[in-house]
Amino acid sequence: MPASDAQFIAEARYYEKRPNRKIKCVLCPRECVIDDRERGYCGVRENRRGTYYTLVHSRVCTAHVDPVEKKPFFHFLPGSRAFSLATAGCNVNCKMCQNWEISQSRPEQVESAYLPPRQVVELARRNQCASIAYTYSEPVVFFEFMADTAEAGRAAGVRSLVVSGGYIKPEPLKELCRKVDAIKIDLKAFSEKFYKEIVNGELKPVLDALVAIRTQGVWLEIVCLVVPTLNDSEREFLGLAKWVKANLGVDVPVHFSRFHPEYLLKNLPLTPLPTLERAKAISDAEGLHYVYVGNVPGHPAEKTYCPGCKRVVVEREAYWVKAVNLTRGRCRFCQQPVAGVWS
Amino acid sequence: MQFSRRSFARFGIAGLLPPVRGAPLASDRPRVVVARARGAVKIEDLLDRAMQSFFSASSPLDAWRRIVRPGETVGLKVNCLAGKGGSTSPALVEVICGRLQQAGIRRQDIIVWDRLSEDLESAGFRISRSGDRIQVMGNEILGYENELSVYGSAGSRLARTLTRLCDAVINLPLLKDHGIVGVTMALKNMFGAIHNPNKYHPNAGDPYIADVNMIPAIRSKVRLTICEAVRAQYEGGPTFMPQWTWPFNGLLVAQDPVALDTVGWRIIEEKRAQERLPSLRQAGRAPNYIATAADPAHRLGVDDPRRIERVEA
Repeated sequence: MPASDAQFIAEARYYEKRPNRKIKCVLCPRECVIDDRERGYCGVRENRRGTYYTLVHSRVCTAHVDPVEKKPFFHFLPGSRAFSLATAGCNVNCKMCQNWEISQSRPEQVESAYLPPRQVVELARRNQCASIAYTYSEPVVFFEFMADTAEAGRAAGVRSLVVSGGYIKPEPLKELCRKVDAIKIDLKAFSEKFYKEIVNGELKPVLDALVAIRTQGVWLEIVCLVVPTLNDSEREFLGLAKWVKANLGVDVPVHFSRFHPEYLLKNLPLTPLPTLERAKAISDAEGLHYVYVGNVPGHPAEKTYCPGCKRVVVEREAYWVKAVNLTRGRCRFCQQPVAGVWS
Repeated sequence: MQFSRRSFARFGIAGLLPPVRGAPLASDRPRVVVARARGAVKIEDLLDRAMQSFFSASSPLDAWRRIVRPGETVGLKVNCLAGKGGSTSPALVEVICGRLQQAGIRRQDIIVWDRLSEDLESAGFRISRSGDRIQVMGNEILGYENELSVYGSAGSRLARTLTRLCDAVINLPLLKDHGIVGVTMALKNMFGAIHNPNKYHPNAGDPYIADVNMIPAIRSKVRLTICEAVRAQYEGGPTFMPQWTWPFNGLLVAQDPVALDTVGWRIIEEKRAQERLPSLRQAGRAPNYIATAADPAHRLGVDDPRRIERVEA
């Protein structure tokens, strides 16, 4: 595929023009200043004679129909399907990335198909998907495509879900929150050190983004991938739980997921199950209502328990929902409201 | 005269083939030749003078024979991101191709390459992959290896042009300022051999640039750097900004990329001072990656000017 296939190129949003044909990207906190003919850190946005372009509008390198639980969203239309897609590129470079072949590549280095927003919506509907999920790589870097598709989806009654690292500036995030229905943030750790050394990013802007999403009323879930020796201390789990409780509230689901050795961290083992269970126990003790253990199929902490009567309100096994004991968002047994988007 | 298999092998290797300086080992006192034209630049004369001087050779051809061997495939890693005027010139490449052929390299075994074919075309090269012509191609034609090559902070997929075609690489950067990493010359030009250079510009490229050059397929194949400095750029790079170029009328030649970058950096700083611009350190973009490339963990070359033999030719 030619590197500069015109059908995928659209002027980028969120950048500033600078003298001498330079531009400054203000989509993400990295704020790359980019010379003519160069690209930003993400590798998918390019300066051409002083105008900044996205190279990945409608340039889909992977698309699947997934259960929404796979994202994971556990409190958003359980048992529904999400038409899930990605383009190449990412604005960080996590050493544990599970999808580095696409996230750490430039668009011309991966096979892609032209899939404009209306066609994405049509495919979602044809596959009985209640939502479109922007996932796998980092949707912030294909912001324009995501925003246009979410608009087209909303017009057709198909919802939009974002699976992101949350490394985004406040203004574009505000726009995104107006257009999508739920956001899952990968909170990679609760330390700046980890963000600097392992993620190649910063923690603070991600925490700011979490608060902004919650403030704007978009459904929010958090995933923490627990990496042995790097972000698995009890102190860190406790700090995280306290922060979530104080800044987001106890109703935001938190998933502690098992790490698989990948990409640049192949030297580390799988996360031991007791570590994940300890993270959950600490968060439960802090009073968070919905704390899950992820990537461990069959674990009891895959289920949603009513915060009132403690009975199972959503029964899951791996990505499959076996029973939903909710009526209009309330526990069927004790009528306690259960936070989420259930219909 | 009769040979046993063993003696033939020994004679064949040690006696019949000319000695070739393969991947250069960091020398204690590396040489950097700075060849400059006094009047109008005749690129062929300049190159011959630089090569002969660098190798203390009896003739230009003698110099080239020390760097390549008949039967090898030789890659010329040009730098074409900045288009015409700001890229390795086809004129220099043409002269090098001529000398390589005189040294016994077949035309079709010479590969002029860079990251993208469209960059090569924008610099005035014509893409060519067929017949017995010199090959000219961007990395997208063969793609990148699926496996990651990892060293330190760098984890990259290497261009198959480098890994599968080239036995040796001659690095052909420019003498140029760089708005993020300070200067772009020998070490930085190897970003064109990897799939993800955009990931390695933070912290003015330190230690990423040094780490990328440590990847074995890069370190072992680059045999020589010829840095084009006919028009050099002291500000506004890597984009071609003619108002910040000056006629240096020269070429820099070295086998030690760290030494070459050290000398080149000094030339750019001298010009910046002359133009009353702040030093790169004052501008917040000192190319510290050069010192990293010389440190005990990398040993890619020498960055101490007192230990570099700078030869004006």
